[in-house]
Amino acid sequence: MPEVGHFGTVAAILAMAAASYAMRAGGFWLMAYVPLTARVRRMLEALPGTVVVATVLPIVVREGIPAALAIAAAGAAMLIRRNDLLAVLAGMAAAAAARAWLVT
Amino acid sequence: MTHDRSRVSDRPFWSLDGLRLGAMLMAPALPGMMAFAIAVGATEARKGFAPIEAALMNLLVYAGASQMVAMEAWPQQLTLASIPALALLVATVNARMLLFGASLRPWLGPLPAWQIYPMLQLTTDPGWIICMRYRAKGGNDAGVFLGGALLVWVAWLATTAAGYLMGALIADPRKIALDLVLPIFFAAMLVPLWSGRGRRRAIAWAIAGAVALATERLVPGWWFVIAGALVGSLAEAFLEEARDA
Repeated sequence: MPEVGHFGTVAAILAMAAASYAMRAGGFWLMAYVPLTARVRRMLEALPGTVVVATVLPIVVREGIPAALAIAAAGAAMLIRRNDLLAVLAGMAAAAAARAWLVT
Repeated sequence: MTHDRSRVSDRPFWSLDGLRLGAMLMAPALPGMMAFAIAVGATEARKGFAPIEAALMNLLVYAGASQMVAMEAWPQQLTLASIPALALLVATVNARMLLFGASLRPWLGPLPAWQIYPMLQLTTDPGWIICMRYRAKGGNDAGVFLGGALLVWVAWLATTAAGYLMGALIADPRKIALDLVLPIFFAAMLVPLWSGRGRRRAIAWAIAGAVALATERLVPGWWFVIAGALVGSLAEAFLEEARDA
């Protein structure tokens, strides 16, 4: 029955949407009940950097040389020109080239 | 109006200039995000989602990486039990956004809840990191969050739809490094994030990286982001304290 299948898919999508929103709003909501002491504030301020490192490093290790080259190219472009877009393009170009020309 | 009062005090405020600035700050992240959105849309078409289903998912779930993971795990025959399983999977991939929201509290907390909670639905990785950068430089205009978020939202909906229509045209997103767009953008952000905090920051980042790597080895899924970030940030909080004392 296609109707049932479609209904099930929509139900799954709605459940996924609720889960997503819970993650988006949950942290903000929770922190209303945690006193913002100096230490908590410092922890929260450290999050951007640590989230980035904790995201990037395992991906680089998993994806190997192309990812490492991409990160290096993006970092170098950012250091030299301080341009987000240029950095992303340099990184993607480096990864695509490495994947095309390196074995594996 | 509130606008002028808040500029004097330390409360966050809203302005049209903020909306514009947010969109401008976000613009560099768009091409990468749109490339990824095309890959998401194409995957939806390839996996056989109806146009309305794909559109609903892009609009409401609104988190590309988790949608990709969920579509990979999508069962042939959708059962009642697989629905909470898919929701849980999406929650784990997006658990990092708990940290985003938490870090927005000290800044946006003073604003009324009805202004914040709807806007949080538009939280994205680049949007958050750009706001944190803006805030760290002393910015206090909540319009920057919304302006950037709306730009990404419109671009995302348009580009996922385009990707859906192009479908099989993109045979292998890996070939042009579409799967690496987010880590590349994030890595570029490390440069401005470093901003002269020196050794304590280096230690915190090293701890975050080590914990993330270990977690990735030991625990399946995306927990490595939240584990590494939490332990690293805690370390930075306590390291600063040890130094101050």
